[in-house]
Amino acid sequence: MKSLKKLSLLTVLAALMVFMAACGGGASNGTDKKDNADKKTDELSGSLVISGSSAMQPLVAAAAEEFMAENPKVDIQVNAGGSGTGLSQVAEGSVQIGNSDVFAEEKEGIPADQLVDHKVAVVGMTAAVNPKVGIKDIKKEDLIKVFTGKITNWKELGGADQKIVLVNRPDSSGTRAVFNQFALDGATPAEGITEDSSNTVKKIINETEGAIGYLAFSYFTDDSVTPLAIDGVEPTEENVQSGKFPVWAYQHSYTKGEAEGLAKAFLDYLMSDDIQNTLLKEQGYLPVTKMKVERDAKGNQKDI
Amino acid sequence: MEKLLPARERLLKSKKSSLDGEFRGKIMVILCAVLMISATIAITIFLGTKGLQSFTKNGISIIEFLTSTKWNPTDKANPAYGVLPFIFGSFAVTFLSALIAAPLGIGGAIFMTEIAPSWGRKILQPVVELLVGIPSVVYGFIGLTVLVPFIREHVGGLGFSLLSGTIVLAIMILPTITTIATDAMSSLPNHLREGSLALGATRWQTIRKVLVPAALPSLLTAIILGMARAFGEALAVQMVIGNVRNLPSSILDASATLTTIITLNMGHTTYGSVENNTLWSMGLILLIMSFAFILLIRYLSSRRKVR
Repeated sequence: MKSLKKLSLLTVLAALMVFMAACGGGASNGTDKKDNADKKTDELSGSLVISGSSAMQPLVAAAAEEFMAENPKVDIQVNAGGSGTGLSQVAEGSVQIGNSDVFAEEKEGIPADQLVDHKVAVVGMTAAVNPKVGIKDIKKEDLIKVFTGKITNWKELGGADQKIVLVNRPDSSGTRAVFNQFALDGATPAEGITEDSSNTVKKIINETEGAIGYLAFSYFTDDSVTPLAIDGVEPTEENVQSGKFPVWAYQHSYTKGEAEGLAKAFLDYLMSDDIQNTLLKEQGYLPVTKMKVERDAKGNQKDI
Repeated sequence: MEKLLPARERLLKSKKSSLDGEFRGKIMVILCAVLMISATIAITIFLGTKGLQSFTKNGISIIEFLTSTKWNPTDKANPAYGVLPFIFGSFAVTFLSALIAAPLGIGGAIFMTEIAPSWGRKILQPVVELLVGIPSVVYGFIGLTVLVPFIREHVGGLGFSLLSGTIVLAIMILPTITTIATDAMSSLPNHLREGSLALGATRWQTIRKVLVPAALPSLLTAIILGMARAFGEALAVQMVIGNVRNLPSSILDASATLTTIITLNMGHTTYGSVENNTLWSMGLILLIMSFAFILLIRYLSSRRKVR
């Protein structure tokens, strides 16, 4: 009798887990399926697993949502785990698309020659300071001095008499790599508070006197932090597109070998004018199709 | 006779089916045990091989890894892999938080068992259980929003500090300590209390001289279990400690722990890279430490049985 009870308890537990797993997987596309049950014009079907950069996850997930709405038989899962995870998983073939905010060539242990790069968006970023610092423009050499700890008070740059507090990203972060390379000319920043999430970084800069960090353009939606112009060049979409503002990076989607079938269809969809001109803007990215300059993995920039 | 036979048969049958159940139950329970043991062994082996790779494959010296204070794995020309600041940070927040939580938790336990066993327990028990149920990310978020600015304005420093991490952890391990300490105190035999009171000791004297010493091994176990939890906590600490790779020189300095460095970097690094391997090595250190904590608990509880 006792074993029977245990058995039933186990069964119930197992059933519950299966149920929850099913719910978790189905929640993202359940509604779309219902909405679009009537239009079965497209023959696209199957499932696609995407993983990688957490910064790209909202964009790709939103695009996937719309893509699934148009192709009800398609199931796309977008996981965030970080660029390193995405590149590793696509290289070993466990996902079809791996998102990354750095070139695969820059990451150690990734067979970059086997991966095909699809640049789906551009993200611009700049240094951001606490509004009370009172600075809106900074020379690049001063910015380097600030981040390497050679200047420690804002009054040396004509700002308020406040100690400079650095807010960094983790060593391996793509955002940090881009900022170090293009804003600090490769200098290694001094130690400071380190946070991974852009929202946390923004919150810290806003709350801490004299704080400076760096954020993507999409986080400058209110007055809580002040974005800095570098060498007099405003951090705007136009300046990034024309190549005047140096601190930007591609958002890459990598496939192992040329993209095929569903992966190709989805990547084409990401590059369509519809997504590039509307969804990207909503999410705070810049369309890669409008860039007037391009950059290779070594950071060399040239006009298109 | 006619009635007896079916009864006997029935008995035989039931015996058979109960033996059947006996067998099935045994298999099931053994299966559970085997599964648990093999999962633990598998994790240990996996973490062991992964964690040692940075020394065997990438040629980092173990001594440098454990004793150097320089951590700069992304520097291409001159990478440095010293995790001492993080080991120090982990131990610092663990011991400091135990220092805060242990008196509080044991005090609460004494209150619940000795001072106000009826109404005190009715109020405190659900409060403690509620503390267990709050997810660690919420603790971190409250710490980031309330504690960090408070320390910045009223104590000093940036707010992101060992102190913030310590306070958040102390609250998080408080329920563990309180619950186990309460069990320990209430399982003390009543004759200890009666004997002491009969000798003319006051209530406080009884608690201080008789009950706490008698329950000491279990109370220490409670503290160590709390410390084990503090040592492994990542998310909440990461949000308030500042994650700086320098050795902190004061309690108001920002710092980092093994767990926060792992969670910050794990997603960004690629499998098999040196950086990734060093993170696994840090995980191995965490595992070894938790083994040490368990050994300590075993030692303490074996001491209790001897008494």
